[in-house]
Amino acid sequence: MQKFYLEYTNIISTLQIKVLSVNEKDYIQDLKEIKDLMDRSSKFRSLNGLSGVLAGIFSLVGAYLGYQWVFSQLPPLSYLPIELTATQTQTIWIIALGIIGLTLAGLVFFSSKEAKKRKQKLWNSQSKRVLIHMGIPLIAGGLLSAILLREGFLGMLPSLTLLFFGVGLVNASHFTFQEIRLMGLAEIGLGLAAMWFVEWGLYFWAVGFGLLNIASGIFFQIRYNS
Amino acid sequence: MKELLKDLDKAFENKIRLCIMSTLVVNEYMDFNALKELLDVTDGNLASHLKYLEKKAYISYRKEFLARKPNTKYAATDEGREAFKKHIHAIEQLLK
Repeated sequence: MQKFYLEYTNIISTLQIKVLSVNEKDYIQDLKEIKDLMDRSSKFRSLNGLSGVLAGIFSLVGAYLGYQWVFSQLPPLSYLPIELTATQTQTIWIIALGIIGLTLAGLVFFSSKEAKKRKQKLWNSQSKRVLIHMGIPLIAGGLLSAILLREGFLGMLPSLTLLFFGVGLVNASHFTFQEIRLMGLAEIGLGLAAMWFVEWGLYFWAVGFGLLNIASGIFFQIRYNS
Repeated sequence: MKELLKDLDKAFENKIRLCIMSTLVVNEYMDFNALKELLDVTDGNLASHLKYLEKKAYISYRKEFLARKPNTKYAATDEGREAFKKHIHAIEQLLK
């Protein structure tokens, strides 16, 4: 009888432990799921319109300098490759890298300010997600542009940079403000137009990277940050 | 132990309701379809759980028309946020 009782209590207590641990596991699972859902459902909001305005201004200045220093000395842009002097290629590189560098600096500066205001970290899973989805098309487009520039296909560059920028925006729009998608579609449209009217490529480029960035920057500032 | 269990909210015992609430506390609002996609549940299932939370006044909703299609946006109320916080806190205490 004693033996039976012991065994019985033993079974009961292991059962109890089991129930408790299953319960605990459930709760840990719950917490994990909550964290995961919060992470997946929240979007990147630390975007400040001023960084868009700055990017637009840098692009317009870049387009102007590019025109003054290089494009005005060349025949009208076309689908055919042209011979560029080493200085001209260098100038284009310097302007391009200058715009990219200054824009990124502005983006990091204003976004970190914005993130601080929202008591968030700038480098979190939301910003990472936006960066990756934006970055893949942008880097692919950048490398393609570098190759084409090396071969002298200058006329295609405005169109292709616009197209890849637009694709990047559409791609990243799922993880940030939904209006980014519209902006991306507009850039894609401008990119296609820049390919069709290839001789006007630089103007389309200035509209897409310059005016559109400034306009959407102002829009975001008014809509979300005032 | 009993004390701790008291703080656990019945409304969040159901996993779907718990998940709905966790997305709503970090988002200003979510619309019905976004919730459905995120939680991977059926229309009817989601609707009944939303109704439950609505009855407890943990969430509020707003009906809008987007391109003539009805679009319902859900948001957590202050009461709901507070209850959610309490529930999570209770779980944390339980696991200590």
